[in-house]
Amino acid sequence: MKKLLIALVALVPSLVFAAGAAVHLDKANYDLTDKASLQNGAKLFMNYCSACHSTAHQRYQRVATDLGIPDDLMRENLIFTDSKIGELMHNSMDKKDAAKWFGNAPLDLTLEARLRGPDWIYTYLRSFYKDPERPFGVNNTVFKDVAMPHVLEELQGIPTATFETITDEHGNEHKVVVALHSSETGEMSSDEYDRAVLDLVNFLVYSGEPNKLERQSLGFWVIGFLIILFILSYLLKKEYWRDIH
Amino acid sequence: MLKKLVTDGIDWIDARIPMTDTWNKHLAQYPTPVNFNFWYFFGSLAMLVLVNQILTGIWLTMHYNPSAEGAFNSIEYIMRDVPYGWLLRYMHSTGASAFFVVIYLHMFRGLIYGSYQKPRELIWIFGMLIFLVLMAEAFMGYLLPWGQMSFWGAQVIISLFGAIPVIGDDLTLWIRGDYVISGATLNRFFALHVVALPLALVALVFLHIVALHEVGSNNPDGIEIKQKKGSASEEAKGKFTFHQQYSGKKDIIDAVPFHPYFTVKDIMGVSAFLICFAAVIFFIPEGGGFFLEPPNFEAANSLKTPAHIAPVWYYTPYYAILRAIPDKLIGVVFFGGSIAILFLLPWLDRCKVKSIRYRSWMHKLNITQFIICFIVLGVLGALPATPLYTIIAQVASVGYFGFFIALFIYSKNEKTKPLPTRLTH
Repeated sequence: MKKLLIALVALVPSLVFAAGAAVHLDKANYDLTDKASLQNGAKLFMNYCSACHSTAHQRYQRVATDLGIPDDLMRENLIFTDSKIGELMHNSMDKKDAAKWFGNAPLDLTLEARLRGPDWIYTYLRSFYKDPERPFGVNNTVFKDVAMPHVLEELQGIPTATFETITDEHGNEHKVVVALHSSETGEMSSDEYDRAVLDLVNFLVYSGEPNKLERQSLGFWVIGFLIILFILSYLLKKEYWRDIH
Repeated sequence: MLKKLVTDGIDWIDARIPMTDTWNKHLAQYPTPVNFNFWYFFGSLAMLVLVNQILTGIWLTMHYNPSAEGAFNSIEYIMRDVPYGWLLRYMHSTGASAFFVVIYLHMFRGLIYGSYQKPRELIWIFGMLIFLVLMAEAFMGYLLPWGQMSFWGAQVIISLFGAIPVIGDDLTLWIRGDYVISGATLNRFFALHVVALPLALVALVFLHIVALHEVGSNNPDGIEIKQKKGSASEEAKGKFTFHQQYSGKKDIIDAVPFHPYFTVKDIMGVSAFLICFAAVIFFIPEGGGFFLEPPNFEAANSLKTPAHIAPVWYYTPYYAILRAIPDKLIGVVFFGGSIAILFLLPWLDRCKVKSIRYRSWMHKLNITQFIICFIVLGVLGALPATPLYTIIAQVASVGYFGFFIALFIYSKNEKTKPLPTRLTH
């Protein structure tokens, strides 16, 4: 296994200064046509995320249909509440309790991929590191002082960070993360973990816009029709205007 | 038999309402300059987009829930659970941006060919009113998805009214209907967006066209196609019959009837436009974050301010002018002034020659710098303000207002080229 998981040198300056500055994000090469990846993503989401995060704009039935999961399998393995299959994918966590436990109530993630982008989620879930000063013992290089524990720890383990102290242009010293190293305590190898996170991202991209593939395939037909219409309307116009010019 | 039935039917209607006469007056025998070019497509396209917005809007209204609790969820309900709801929604959201694209190009056409000049001042004024109502319509519509950018964008714009001395605070309270933007604001914006402003828009479009048909269209040469009765040759008048309304008092030269010549030409324009429109709807509905902004995929939250609040792209030039001025009140004055000054264009331009084709190099330069400043302001208005950007925005603001001042000065005694006596095509 590669010792060096993520080289973060490139993001050092932007991470620490100016709030809201861009963090380097790894490209998530998700594929919405890959049903196996989407199904695995759904499995990971329901098992690791859904206890806290809902996808409450989406319905179980829709996920089952779109991802090719038979209804009974969906009911048995992916619905952890007492919801019926046609219902929205709420979870059973009380928002008020959640706010007490975590500081903020966990967000609904239906639209997370459209809000932050797939690359952000992909990088974020691979950027937790050990930080004993935080309530859950972890911090994140993409989302500093995040209120969320490293839920996928059992898969990835908890990477440790190498720090470096740098001095900014105002002469202030900052401790920054320059690299993350695997703890090698997770069930998955580094590559397997990246693949699993990518599946999860794929599922969230799907959840953000379940019609995306339908939209694109319909688009080719519509534009094809319009091109024919344009050619015919051009010829019609030419025919009418022949006696003018 | 059938033919007789149809003619009898038409006669029956014509005896009661002037159907055939109106058709002839405004379409089949309406004289249109023969030399219309590419820039003349955007009027009919604006009409098309207006119809698109009204129709898709009606269907969206059937499933939308105008309440602070339900608005955001109902949009996602439309996107997922309503059959082809996503298509209606994208047609409407893309249509909003498309409306401004075609309107800006339509206004640019008027600007370069002097279509605002005497005797078309009222067409320009009605057009500017349409533009103003359209901006209000788009602003109120943008609150309805009740996303973060909806909420905070509205917060920023409504707070501008607070800069007005004495009445400012009461005015913002009156607009919001609450001390903060809330369900009350959402409900009134919904009412205005779906009923009041569309009615105003349709009424103004009607007046815009009535005024246009009264004086007739301008054209790329900027010379009139209506001449003194009896002055034009038979060759110039051409083979077409125009309605008594136009040909009774004047000789009409170099014109063709709107229908079928420009109906078929506009159908071609519509087809080309729809290809671009569909490409956005089906392949890039977010428009790179400019048509649907990413922060708007999070429900409005009054306790959480987005890192960067930017208005939608079609407001950014005016927003950049606002931000370029350090004082809030003066900024608001110039923000309002940047739109108000457009109303005065017919009187600021004192030149007798309309079209850019026959005007001075100074005018061409002035229009060029104006367009550059407008685009620069538009780009800057979408970016976070930095000291450098603010200076550039200030320079571009001077260019924006400078256009009108310079125009007023040089247009009085402008050195123009001789006008042709006939349309060139």
